Amino acid sequence: MLSYIILAILVTSAATYSSRFLGVLTSEKINEDSKIYRWFNCLAYSTLAALISRMIFFPSGVLAESDYIIRFVVIILSILIFYLTKKNLVYPTVFSAIILYIINSYYV
Amino acid sequence: MINLKYFLKGVSCAKKIDSPAIALGVSFIAIGALLRNLGFTIQESIFSTFLTYALPGSLVMAESMLIGASLLNIFLAVWLVNTRLYPMTVSLMPLLMHKNQPRWKYYLSCHFVAVSSWLILKNNYEEIEKEYRIDFWIGIGTATWLIAISSTVLGYYSADYLNKDMMMGLSIVNPIYFMCAMIGIMKTIQLSSSIILGAILGPAFYFISPEWCILMGGVVAGTVAFFIGERNA
Repeated sequence: MLSYIILAILVTSAATYSSRFLGVLTSEKINEDSKIYRWFNCLAYSTLAALISRMIFFPSGVLAESDYIIRFVVIILSILIFYLTKKNLVYPTVFSAIILYIINSYYV
Repeated sequence: MINLKYFLKGVSCAKKIDSPAIALGVSFIAIGALLRNLGFTIQESIFSTFLTYALPGSLVMAESMLIGASLLNIFLAVWLVNTRLYPMTVSLMPLLMHKNQPRWKYYLSCHFVAVSSWLILKNNYEEIEKEYRIDFWIGIGTATWLIAISSTVLGYYSADYLNKDMMMGLSIVNPIYFMCAMIGIMKTIQLSSSIILGAILGPAFYFISPEWCILMGGVVAGTVAFFIGERNA
């Protein structure tokens, strides 16, 4: 008997691989200079942006337990640090984790 | 079979200091800890990242299991959050397709399509000759995938030392990193409007349907952005 955990892993990976597989299948007929390619490119960036922004505004899991005002402050500070460090990606990322941890441990 | 020189070039791209691989590693540490708390064994946790290798999908799986959802419900929930991998794959594979390369490479390496590896390829592919881009991609994919798996192991074993506030800190790394990365690549009108509209419409559609919001928001935003871009091209 396969356990619930193993079956859940298999089901999750099948659901994930199916989109990747269909993507390759579709790609066989698409030229990188075509309009349809540019449309798919827009869709890729917009769905990614939608996902990231959803993770920030309506987070799931443990992040959902943080106050949204605190999350908002962390986001603004991170964007600020991103621009101040000439678009370095490491500083805002590391700072966001530390700031959120400190605010939640000591001020909430 | 696989050109080692280009494969290694891909691996070293994933190792750069500001590579998306850091965000990926940190997020999978959180996943490892989460799976342990859910009652997974270490083998099951490794197996999970090995086979799925997509962060939001693993999160959705964990949340669904927590409420004892049926396998069909898990499938649908994961499918909905991971459908974004479809346009991502279509916007990536045509850049790698070459008539001298065997098809299996494409169908196997599509397993590596995830935000971090995708961004690394998108930012670096132009320097690589088209014929060998697939090997370059396999290098990026293998490196990021192994980082995800080893971070899962690390997270699994450090679960006891991570309190809730630390887990919160780890969980915000992923959205913050990719938010900044997205802002950083807003260079053309078409890309900027895709990203800005997606970021607004995704959460906006949440009020209509929390399950479908990413897909609906993404398709509407991407299509509008496409027409805005074509008009201004």
